[in-house]
Amino acid sequence: MSNNFRTTNSNGLINKDKKINFTFNGTIYHGYEGDTLASALIANGVHLVGRSFKYHRPRGFLGVGVEEPNAMVQLHDGNKSEPNIIATEVELVEGLKAKSQNCWPSVQFDIGEINNVLNRFFPAGFYYKTFMWPKSFWMKIYEPFIRKAAGMGKAPLLPDPDRYEHNYEHCDVLVVGSGPSGLASALAAAKNGARVILAEDKPNFGGSLLTDEVTIGNMSGKEWASDTISQLKSMPNVILKKRSQVFGYYDHNMTVMIERVRDHIENPSKYTPRQRLHYIRAGEVIVSTGSIERPISFGNNDRPGIVLASAAKEYMKVYETLVGKKPIIFTNNDTAYSTALEFIKNDIEPIIVDTRDSSNGELVKEVQQKGISIKFNSGIADTKGHLKINSAIIGKLDSSKESFISEETVECDCICMSGGWTPTVHLSSQAGNKLKFNDDIDAFVPDKKRQKETAIGAANGSFTLNQSLAEGFQVGFDLSNKFTDQNNPTNSPNSNEPSYEKHEKLWCMPLPSGKKPKRFIDFQNDVAVSDVELAIREGFRSIEHVKRYTTLGMAGDQGKTSNLNGLQYVSKIEKKIVPEVGHTTFRPPYTPVTIGAIVGREVGNHYLPTRKSPIHTWHEENNAVFVAAGLWQRPRYYPRGSEDMNSAVNREAANVRKNVGICDVTTLGKIDIKGPDAPEFLNRVYTNAWLKLPVGKARYGVMLREDGMVFDDGTTSRLSENHFHMTTTTAQAANVLSHLEYYLQVVWPDLDVNVLSTTEQWSGIAVAGPKSRDLLSKLFPDVDMSNEGLPFMGLVDSSIDGIKARIYRISFSGELAYEVNVESNYGLYMWKKIMEVGQSFDIQPYGTEALSTLRIEMGHVAGAELDGRTIPFDVGLNSMVSQKKDFIGKRSLSKDAFTESDRQTIVGLVPLDKKTKIPEGSHIIEDNSAVAPIPKLGHVSSSCWSVEYNNPFSIAIIKDGKNKIGKNLYAVSPLKDISIPVEVVSSHYVDPEGSRVRS
Amino acid sequence: MLEIKCPYCGKRSQNEFSYGGDATIKRPQLGEEISTEDWDNFVYYRDNPRGKHSELWHHVSGCRQWFKVSRDTATHEIFDTCKMNEDFNV
Repeated sequence: MSNNFRTTNSNGLINKDKKINFTFNGTIYHGYEGDTLASALIANGVHLVGRSFKYHRPRGFLGVGVEEPNAMVQLHDGNKSEPNIIATEVELVEGLKAKSQNCWPSVQFDIGEINNVLNRFFPAGFYYKTFMWPKSFWMKIYEPFIRKAAGMGKAPLLPDPDRYEHNYEHCDVLVVGSGPSGLASALAAAKNGARVILAEDKPNFGGSLLTDEVTIGNMSGKEWASDTISQLKSMPNVILKKRSQVFGYYDHNMTVMIERVRDHIENPSKYTPRQRLHYIRAGEVIVSTGSIERPISFGNNDRPGIVLASAAKEYMKVYETLVGKKPIIFTNNDTAYSTALEFIKNDIEPIIVDTRDSSNGELVKEVQQKGISIKFNSGIADTKGHLKINSAIIGKLDSSKESFISEETVECDCICMSGGWTPTVHLSSQAGNKLKFNDDIDAFVPDKKRQKETAIGAANGSFTLNQSLAEGFQVGFDLSNKFTDQNNPTNSPNSNEPSYEKHEKLWCMPLPSGKKPKRFIDFQNDVAVSDVELAIREGFRSIEHVKRYTTLGMAGDQGKTSNLNGLQYVSKIEKKIVPEVGHTTFRPPYTPVTIGAIVGREVGNHYLPTRKSPIHTWHEENNAVFVAAGLWQRPRYYPRGSEDMNSAVNREAANVRKNVGICDVTTLGKIDIKGPDAPEFLNRVYTNAWLKLPVGKARYGVMLREDGMVFDDGTTSRLSENHFHMTTTTAQAANVLSHLEYYLQVVWPDLDVNVLSTTEQWSGIAVAGPKSRDLLSKLFPDVDMSNEGLPFMGLVDSSIDGIKARIYRISFSGELAYEVNVESNYGLYMWKKIMEVGQSFDIQPYGTEALSTLRIEMGHVAGAELDGRTIPFDVGLNSMVSQKKDFIGKRSLSKDAFTESDRQTIVGLVPLDKKTKIPEGSHIIEDNSAVAPIPKLGHVSSSCWSVEYNNPFSIAIIKDGKNKIGKNLYAVSPLKDISIPVEVVSSHYVDPEGSRVRS
Repeated sequence: MLEIKCPYCGKRSQNEFSYGGDATIKRPQLGEEISTEDWDNFVYYRDNPRGKHSELWHHVSGCRQWFKVSRDTATHEIFDTCKMNEDFNV
C-alpha cells in the first residue's frame, strides 16, 4: 500500500527517510517515523477504524489527540494485548499490530450493524425499560446478554509482562501543557529561579504553535517554541517531560502524571519500564492545557471522513497527511478557515459552509482573496456513504436557523467541522475550582480556586496569542516569586496572529426535510440529539440525570468533545441559559490510565514486603513448607519423604509431647520498655497486676481495648527494676506498639516511660517437650536448669561460644519448655547448635501447624479466639482480671451485656465418632432437625487432630459454654453440607491441671 | 494524598501517617467513678463535623510521635499542626 494521502510539502515533524511497517486488521502498511497510528492509516487512505458501541456504525477518526472518541483499537497479541487504545495517541513503531474492535466478522461487514437498522428500538434508557421483567430472567438471560454486547475491546487474560515504575517528584511550579502560555510561564518561572516541571502529553512540545501561522518576536511560532524549549533544556532547575499526561489533581497540590516511556522505542533495553507514574507534589500548578475543538451535530455526522477542522490541520502540518482531497469545511466560526488555507496551500480547493451570515475576519478575507466562494448562512443537513463519506447535503438556513429552505447534494471525501473551542478545564475542576460560564466563548472557565492552581491561556478562555503569552509570562513570574527572591521578570515578546470574528451560537443543525437521520453528540456512546430530547421529555431535568439516562459523556473519552454540546442542547430545549443547567463533575483520570502503571512494581512477590527470620535459610534447606503470617514467612511444617501435611504435623506435634521439638518464634513482637514508671504503665495496660513482679521473672499478661475486648496477650518479663521486655503476638506487634505510644504520648504523658520495638533485634527459639531440660542442660552446662534453679516463668542469662543468650522458661505448647533468645545475627548459629545437641534427644523441628495443634489441645487461646469480639470472661481468662486496680478497658467489663452469665464462652468439642474433623467456622446448634431459622449457639474457632488422644479436637465459643459441658450438640457447615454430632468438653483437653509446664 | 506537617519532622505525605481520631476526647481518670452513659460517650460516640476538626495523627512510618492536626473535613485544608502539649496557632 502506498501513502497516497501525503502532502507534497515536508514542513511537518515526520521523517520521511525512515519507513515504518505496521499491520492493521491483517494488512501490512507503512508510515514514517513521527507518525501516529492514526496519521499513518489516514495517509494510506484508511478511515474506517472500528464500529460504534451501541449501533455498530462504521467509525473513523474525529480528532488527532486525546479528544478522539471513535478510533479505538486493540493493540498487539497475547500477553501484550491491550484494548480500547486511541489510535491518535499511538506512536508508530516497526511491527506494530492493531485491529478493529466491536465488530464481527470484520470491520467492513459487521453483523452487529443490525442494531443500527433497529435503532428505534434502542433509545436512551432502553436497558432500564426492557430488562425489567420477568424478574427471574435477569440473572440467566438478560445479564449475560448485556454483558456479551457491552464493552469494546478484549482484556488480555495473561499476566502483563511489562515493567511499570513509580516516581515521586517535588517542584515549585508544575506547568501542564506546552502551548504558547505554558512555554511562556515555564520560561518566566525558570528564569526567576524556581524549580519547574513542564509536562506535555504529545511527543512534541509546542501545542498550537506547531500548527498556527503566527509570529512571536522575529520568529515563527514553531521556531519560538523550539527556541524556548532549548533555553529550558539548558537550565538545571527545569525538568521537561513529553509523552506525559497529568491526569489527576488531588488534595494538597498532589498531581499524578503518566509518562509513556517505552512503547515508541523500536528496540528498548530490557529494563526500560513501559510507563512511569509520577506523583508530583507541586508548590503551584499552572494549568495551560489549551482547548479542544467542538463538533457540530448534523444528520449522520459520524461517518468515517468527518473530522474536526483543527485535527485536519494538524494532520497536514505535523504529519504531512491529508484527511481527504475533496474537503468540505463546515464551521460556525473563523478558526476553521486556517484549515481551509492549509488545504489551499496543498492545491486543494475546499468547499466552505458557514452557518453565519457573514464574517470579516482576516482568515475569511484571505480565503476569499484566493477566489474561494463561501456558502454563508448554510449548514450540512445530512451525509451519505456507508463505510466512508462520499457526499453531503448542504442546506440553506432560514432566518431563524431552525430549518433549511433549500438543499443540494455535494460530493466530498471528508468534512472538517468546527463548532468553536472548549477550554480544557478538567484539572482545575478536579482541584476544586468552581467554574463559571463565559458567555463570550460559550464555555466554562476556571473561576474560584480552592488549591494553588492557576489556569492560563486557552484553558482560561484566553483564545488570542497575545493574551496567552502575556498571561503566561506574568503568571509564571508571579508564582515563581513565591519561591525565590530573584525578582527577575521576563518580558512578553510582541506577537502577531490573524484577528478572528465571533462564532455563532449554533451547534445543532435542523433535520433535512422529510428525514430523521441521527445527529450525534457523543460519538463514543452513540448518544444522539433525539436521545437528549427523549430524556427531557421523560422528565429528567438535572444535567446529572440526563447524563446518566442517556450515558452522554460517560464513555472512555469522558465527553471531551460532547459534554458542552449536550449542555448547550439541554439549555436550548429547556429555554434556560447554560449556567443554570450547570455542568457535570470532572473526575480523574483525564485520560485512561493502565492498571499496570497504577500498580507499578508492587506485583508478584513485591506486592508486599517479605519478612524472613534469620533462621530462614535453614528452614529452606530442611524442606520447610512456608506460610505467610502477616508479612513474615514462617515454616508451616517440615515434610519427610512422601509425607503429606497431616502426617507431618502429627509427627512433629507428637514428638514435642514425647521427646523435644524446636520452633522458630523470632516473629513474635518484642517491645523494650524502660523508665521509672514502667511498672505502673504495665499495670494500666494489662488486666493483671504488675507492680510486684520480681526482677528475673516473666508473667503472662492480657491487654484490652477501651471497649473491653481482648486486644492482645503475651509474656512480659522484668529485666531490672525499671526495664521490661514485652512480647506480643506476631499479628498484633505493630498495633500494640502504636497502642502503647498512644497512651504514653496522648493519655498519660506524665508517665516517664520509653518504648521501642526490638522485634528484629532478637531471634527467638522455642525448645519444648519433656526432654527440653536435659537438652538445654547439656548445651548450657553453667546454668542450673532444675525446677528450683529456673522455675516456670523464670529467666536467666547465659552464653555459649561467647554468644549471649537469654533463656526464658515459658511454654505455649503446654509442655515443659524454654525459649532461647539471642541477638538476631546469632539466631541461625544457636538454632544449629540446639539441633546438634538435640540429636541425642530425638529433636525435631516443628512448624506453625504443629504449634497450633499443641496450643489447641491445651486450650491456649490465640488470634482465632481473640478476634476482637471476646472479653476475658469469654475465653477463660477471667482469673487474669484484677479486681483491685483500674486498667485500660476495665470500666467496659461491668456493663450489663458483659456481665450476663450465659455469654458465649470457650469450650472444647470432640466428634462423637472420634473421626470426623470439624471445619473451623462451623456453627454450633442444639437440634439438627429443627426448622430454620435455627438458633445458633456459637462457632468453632480452632480445630486440630489431637496427637495426645488421636482424634479430632476443636475449640468453640458457644452460648453458656460452661453449662454445656457433657452435652451433645451439632457442628454444622451448611456451605460444605456437613453436620457433625459433637460432645462438649473442657477447652483444656490435655493436662488441664497444667502440671507439665511446671514439671 | 494529603501533605501533613509533622511538628517534629516537617512536611511529609499522608502515607507516612495513620489517623487517630478526635483529638478533643479526654480519657476519664483511672479509678474514676463514671456512669455507663459517660463511659459510652468516651468509648463510642464521636461528632462528625463538616468543617474544622481537631484530630490526632501518628507518624507511624517516621518519628512515631502522636500529634494534633486542625483540618477541614470537607476541603481537607490543614490549618495547623502541633505537638500534644501545644495548642494550635490558628
